[in-house]
Amino acid sequence: MTSHKPVITGLGAVTPLGLSYQDLWSGLCQGKCGIGRITAFDPAGFTCQIAGQAPEFSIRDHVPKAIRKTTKLMSRDIELAVIAANEAFKDAGLITKAFDEQNININPERTAIILGAGLISCDLVELAPAVAKGITDGKFDIKKWGTYSIEAVTPLWLLKYLPNMLACHIGIIHDIQGMSNTITCAESAGLLAIAEAAQIIARGDANLALAGGGEAKVNAIVHLRQCLLNRATADYNDKPEKACRPFDADAKGSVFGEAAANVILENPENAKKRNAKIYAQIAGLGQSCSINAKYESLEPDGKGVQYAIEAALADAGIKPQQLDLIIPHGTGILADDTAEAKGIRQALGNATDSIPVFPTKSMTSNTGAAAGAVDIIAACCAIKDGIIPAAKNCENINKDCKLNIAKEQIKKKNNYVLCTSYTYGGQTAAIILKKYE
Amino acid sequence: MNEKTKNRVVITGMGIVCPLGNDIPTMWDNILNCRSGMNKTTIFDASTYPTKFCCEVKNYDITKFTKNPDLHKDGNRHSKFVVGAASQACKQAKIDVETENPKDGIDRRRIGIYLGAGEGSVDNENFFNAIVQGWDDAAGTMDWNKWAAVAFGKMQPYRELEQEPNMPAAHVSMLTGARGVIRSCLTACAASTQAIGEAFKILQSGQADVMLAGGAHSMIHPLGVMGFNRLTALSTRNDSIETASRPFTASRDGFVIGEGAAIVILETLESAKKRGVEILAEVLGYGSSSDAFRVTDMHEDARGAVAALEAALKDAKVSYKDIDYVSTHGTSTSENDSIETLAIKKVFKEEAKNTPVSSVKSMMGHLIGAAGVAEMITCILAIRDNVLPPTANLNDPDPNLDLDYVPNKPRKAEVNIVLKESFGFGGQNNVVIIKRYKN
Repeated sequence: MTSHKPVITGLGAVTPLGLSYQDLWSGLCQGKCGIGRITAFDPAGFTCQIAGQAPEFSIRDHVPKAIRKTTKLMSRDIELAVIAANEAFKDAGLITKAFDEQNININPERTAIILGAGLISCDLVELAPAVAKGITDGKFDIKKWGTYSIEAVTPLWLLKYLPNMLACHIGIIHDIQGMSNTITCAESAGLLAIAEAAQIIARGDANLALAGGGEAKVNAIVHLRQCLLNRATADYNDKPEKACRPFDADAKGSVFGEAAANVILENPENAKKRNAKIYAQIAGLGQSCSINAKYESLEPDGKGVQYAIEAALADAGIKPQQLDLIIPHGTGILADDTAEAKGIRQALGNATDSIPVFPTKSMTSNTGAAAGAVDIIAACCAIKDGIIPAAKNCENINKDCKLNIAKEQIKKKNNYVLCTSYTYGGQTAAIILKKYE
Repeated sequence: MNEKTKNRVVITGMGIVCPLGNDIPTMWDNILNCRSGMNKTTIFDASTYPTKFCCEVKNYDITKFTKNPDLHKDGNRHSKFVVGAASQACKQAKIDVETENPKDGIDRRRIGIYLGAGEGSVDNENFFNAIVQGWDDAAGTMDWNKWAAVAFGKMQPYRELEQEPNMPAAHVSMLTGARGVIRSCLTACAASTQAIGEAFKILQSGQADVMLAGGAHSMIHPLGVMGFNRLTALSTRNDSIETASRPFTASRDGFVIGEGAAIVILETLESAKKRGVEILAEVLGYGSSSDAFRVTDMHEDARGAVAALEAALKDAKVSYKDIDYVSTHGTSTSENDSIETLAIKKVFKEEAKNTPVSSVKSMMGHLIGAAGVAEMITCILAIRDNVLPPTANLNDPDPNLDLDYVPNKPRKAEVNIVLKESFGFGGQNNVVIIKRYKN
């Protein structure tokens, strides 16, 4: 990327720390934890019984009257993304069709929407009455299912679960007619979506983009998946606040949750022309891949993370020692944290000793496709406010993770912040944000 | 992007695993002979479904394409297919796979992957039986402890993991050792055309030298077919399976669901020349838009489709008059074929009726996320052989649809510039234009 490095002019987030990005940032600064016992379903039979759940909301309060009907077609993932998008547009001072049809100040055809989304698993309770019509002798019977169950399922069922529906609903609500893409790279999806949006603006295919990600992982089968893979901690059910411990010696696994986080990316000329407030500029992007036969885990030497960071540094044209803060993926899964720490050190060398590291998932939980975008919002706020919050749940650093974890809150000017993501399946990403001056 | 520094991007390899064959020559021979890939559904028992047939990949043997089938053993159907497609494509493009010491001269950090890939099927028997055990239908409540007992007792970690849509990309990276820009997208039926378009842009701007671009998908499973049946999107012509997919006819009644994977190797011209590999075609332009209209329907004036077509022509710096052939989305649904025809008429104006357009979905079925790239391969072959692939089963043209759909048999023609279009649920529109390569 050589020209038009986009700036970030709007933030929006729904996370376990609250229904706005301010709630997210103040929660992170105060060391709040959004993790608790699961209430979305009875978790007693699960190895991990805790998760990060967003505060209650009614989606009908967050969409224009004219399209309330379509909220029936929104899975939880879509609802979260819709709320975060509203906030991001408003925060950027953008008036879309949803807010005031007479005073729209975006060009719908020059606005893109690029979101990370997860594997949206179906609502089992919604499907169950249909399944009940397809049983013979206490077992599922596909012949009966075909005959009796199918017609009991709501006709538009499939459309609730297509990952591109996060972007499509938001596109309809706000009338966004430019490029629309949905990145489905699991826990790297949020950062990769922001990277792609930045490239679309840089190459001139849009002036403005809504980018980020959303995923609702507090769903029985989604949660089960992480339990079966031994990625969700089973050891802290009675101490949810202490459960997610990125880079800590007592880390026993991650804690999963739900969130959506969206940012407005904008061509700097466009932003200046309309006097938008600018949180930060995208300085560098890096993408690579971990290759591991055990592909639920990061490769032990962290090469995929290293390569992504090296590419981002090269794109930003800066040296490692210029970084003021690292917000790592840091899940609390021992092997992955160790590998990520290695990758970071291999990329940054001795500079690693002095750059503060602030992992967020101890407070927000691991929100899958939203996670990278949550971290970008934290990075924007760290740059804007000149604050690095104190890390939570990392009292005794794992001796194999040689990182400079931010133990206390630090007040300083942050010029460059690095965010990293990786995922099961391998895709890695690194984005460097820069204070815009 | 600075025009002067934009790289030219060419295609140097292709591979396919699809209902018409598990390699390029077999697939192409079947298309040129107008053969149907449709069959009674065998992947699961669909005998009581409204639609009892589909378009399955047949006799696929992954061991023909990999030395390490164990590495892919947990892969869902489409992840296994994509290993075959990527392996074929790399072979043609002379890219070494499954080796620690590649001798092809390409830095692995300069090889990327961009797939439009679908999710994997749920673990059907255990998925449904866990619900059966947990659900109290009379009370309308789920006993999650009972559900969890079955789920934890029966479900397998990798079987669950492999449902994630980024898994095909994981398998391709394991096969190739690619360490460059790796992304996977899922924009419904337009996904792999979008993947090709974005991969093209990544190469144009110099972020990689080589991209494996394409897609993989199989929704031929109980929930997938149910979902499309409920949307009444599928043909229910159970009495004439082979001719059920009949785009642009008056009697079309829905698409026929297919499955598969396809990969094209995109490469900067500089890299292809340096390596001395054969160039199959050049990528000229990409256009993408969204309808922002309805979740369920395409925009009635084809607004989004027209915008994507015009953006692609502009990006390719060609006129609609230069297009020799349009490979349509052509699903055989009432809505798509009408609105797609309208879009072509709006963009191609006086040339609309003189521009041949066709739908290979009439033979291959609809590969969903993988459809665009599979059809893109037929475009590359159309240029290579100067032949237009036909629309099969076009015996009763819809009187309102009056383009040249290349009915029922292939046609010899000079084919230099081809446009591929794909549309997806939710209003996703993607168009890529390719051209015969000339120095």
